[in-house]
Amino acid sequence: MEIRPIVSALMRSKISLVLIGLQIALTLAIVCNSLFIISERLALMQRPSGMNEADTFSLSSIGFGANFDHRASIAEDLAALRTLPGVVDATVINTVPLSNGGWSEGIALTQEQKTSTAPTAIYFVDEHGLNTLGAKLVAGRNFRADEFSERDRNVQGWPPGVIISKPLAEKLFPGEDPIGKQFYLDQLQPANTVIGVVEQLQAPWAHSKRVAEFSTLVPQYLIGNNASRYLIRAQPGSRDALMKQVEAKLGEINPSRIVREARSLQRVRAESYAEDRAMATILVIVILSLLTITALGIVGMASFWVTQRTKQIGTRRALGATRGSILRYFLTENFLITTLGLVVGAMLAYGFNAWLIKNYQAASMPWYYVPVGCLCLWALGQLAVLGPARRAARVPPAMATRSV
Amino acid sequence: MFGYYLNLGLRSLRRHPVLTALMVFGIALGIAASMTSLTVFHLMGSDPIPWKSSKLHYVQLDNWDVNEAYDRDSGSLPDQLTYLDAAALMASSKADKQAAMYKVAMPVQPENPEVKPFLALGRATGSDFFAMFEPPFKYGGAWDHAQDSQQARVTVLTQETNEKLFGGADSTGKRVKLDGVEYTVTGVLNRWQPRIKYYDVSNGPLSEPESFYIPFTTAIGLQMGSAGNNNCYKNAEPGWEGYLRSECIWIQYWTQLDSSARLAEYKSFLDAYVGEQKKLGRFERPLKTKLPDVNQWLEDQKVVSRDVEIQVGLAFAFLLVCLVNTVGLLLAKFTRKSAEIGLRRALGASRGQLFMQHLIEAGVVGISGGLVGLVLTWGGLFGVRALYEDFKNVAELDWQMVLITIGLSVLAAILAGLFPTWRACHVQPAAQLKTQ
Repeated sequence: MEIRPIVSALMRSKISLVLIGLQIALTLAIVCNSLFIISERLALMQRPSGMNEADTFSLSSIGFGANFDHRASIAEDLAALRTLPGVVDATVINTVPLSNGGWSEGIALTQEQKTSTAPTAIYFVDEHGLNTLGAKLVAGRNFRADEFSERDRNVQGWPPGVIISKPLAEKLFPGEDPIGKQFYLDQLQPANTVIGVVEQLQAPWAHSKRVAEFSTLVPQYLIGNNASRYLIRAQPGSRDALMKQVEAKLGEINPSRIVREARSLQRVRAESYAEDRAMATILVIVILSLLTITALGIVGMASFWVTQRTKQIGTRRALGATRGSILRYFLTENFLITTLGLVVGAMLAYGFNAWLIKNYQAASMPWYYVPVGCLCLWALGQLAVLGPARRAARVPPAMATRSV
Repeated sequence: MFGYYLNLGLRSLRRHPVLTALMVFGIALGIAASMTSLTVFHLMGSDPIPWKSSKLHYVQLDNWDVNEAYDRDSGSLPDQLTYLDAAALMASSKADKQAAMYKVAMPVQPENPEVKPFLALGRATGSDFFAMFEPPFKYGGAWDHAQDSQQARVTVLTQETNEKLFGGADSTGKRVKLDGVEYTVTGVLNRWQPRIKYYDVSNGPLSEPESFYIPFTTAIGLQMGSAGNNNCYKNAEPGWEGYLRSECIWIQYWTQLDSSARLAEYKSFLDAYVGEQKKLGRFERPLKTKLPDVNQWLEDQKVVSRDVEIQVGLAFAFLLVCLVNTVGLLLAKFTRKSAEIGLRRALGASRGQLFMQHLIEAGVVGISGGLVGLVLTWGGLFGVRALYEDFKNVAELDWQMVLITIGLSVLAAILAGLFPTWRACHVQPAAQLKTQ
């Protein structure tokens, strides 16, 4: 391979070499880190919530006026909702997974310990809760209707039997059967007993690393502030129509209230991850623009070199070089420049990642991002230079005899 | 001479339309990316109340669990106060102005049967709130201190609420029914929407502004709970009274301290207050109080998200790539012109004149890149608003950014043009002419 003449030709235009190399280096660093951030966000967004999101929606009711009877209103609403055609099940609930607002508690395993063993999200539901959520019970049993109680500001302590998510069970009682085990939601009150375990149920805070998968279901409903939230599971395919119906129905049952925030769980999910989706979208745009700019830069530079060297190319052709060898010359030249850029770029890529780790507690980028990025940029470089190189190969040998 | 150089520059650019377009496009894209993210960064991070931000101080105390800091990772202080402390600080009134506040949500029952009842977010706060944060009044004014202490049922409406309830007419003195209780309107605000809701970052710095304001004391008297964040490290005793006596934090507390002497005085007052409370068995953690001003507070609470910061970093790396790209292309272009430069030098043009000529040519590329970049920035911000619903107040083009956009692109192009021009001007005229 004719590498030596290429290198010595490149050494004559060091500036161009440095500029293209720098561009490739920065591109590699940005593309690798952006791809890594995108993959992290996608992984975050793809975690299942553990509930049926496709068919469920929630809405809230806020009563007003002195005559509003909160307790009676909940009973009346639930009875009406559960008999409405198209409804699979309905429950009263304080918040829904991924909604970013809710109630959390610290769980302690003993009454004496000073700090909690694990945090948990609290979902207040009734015996229809599991079925409405579509959460999969993997051990123990569901709540019974007689375990159900009310909770207002005057109520202290917690009902004895609770259902927890499997990740929480594993955190609290690693390697043991959690059913029948006890812990404290309030260390000054009697212990709680695990009566059931659900496969998975995410907390309302999708972005909290500590609580994300830890949930506790409590058989209580909240009264006292006239506000309730309902979760309704529709028969597959009838969710959106049912949502409008339910909104109207609740207003009809009791007009001295406001029915609001009717949202499907899919919308709750979309809103919860809106920022991650935005970040991923922006990064995809950055990557595409960057690759375009870099490719165009290579095309521009290579065309310039071809034009500048037309006479030399003609001379080489006249001295017997084939079209193939001219083509190879430009491809090899590009390969050398790209490689140089990639070496610097690899260092920049790891450096940028290290900066993100230091300043933003980012994770460290898996090793294969840089090699894969290199392969892509090599391919991009070769493709970009192909056009100008083919033009160079078409320069006729007679060009050697002409003056400019 | 400028006109002539401009003419020459334009001719030269027109001769290679593809190369020129590449350069302009490269600069424009880089500028657009960096300006879009910088605008969001600038508007989110900028001082929301520059004329008095250094006088407004947030109050932070550490009433948290003796075994565990409020924030396990950073060890920072709780971001809100308990009712006990807010009430005690209000009662002693040691600052020049002070306001305790919390977010409330109440059903509004309009008199007009045509308007359906709706849920409105409001703020329970003191009359000093209006003097401290200076929302503009359209009609009437704030309630006074006497009404604060009497738990008066008065309210200040925002323009939007007044529009809904009274069709925009002067409603001072009229009554509004909120959750079954009647309040008298003392004032109506003009449109007021700070970009960042800096006085309540605990409940979302980019959240919607409130619809009405009522006295803090009145809300407490009516046993109105907070509609915002409420954080307890230990359980409250039963009932509303038990909740008020609890260590739960749910109240934001702002003070206005007009000089650094007043700030120091207030700081020692706070320390003394915590010292007293320690004797009563509260505040078991080491004594620590903080009085960050508006900008420190926004920084402490990381109002500018890490995503936005990363985007700014990325955008500038991107701009760098675009600049390198343009330098390369300009270099290629001017190197190609060495013959012409040699000829002009041989005919008597000085280096300075040639330098001028090519700087103008590069400047033209820069200005065009800037203008196209401006259009792209506008499109980019449109995209940002579509992607982030909350960003509608911080993703707007402002004149400062427009100037920076154009300036940056011209500067970038001139920098990009300097080196190739400098090189082209050092060509020996004889050497170039010889090969012709």
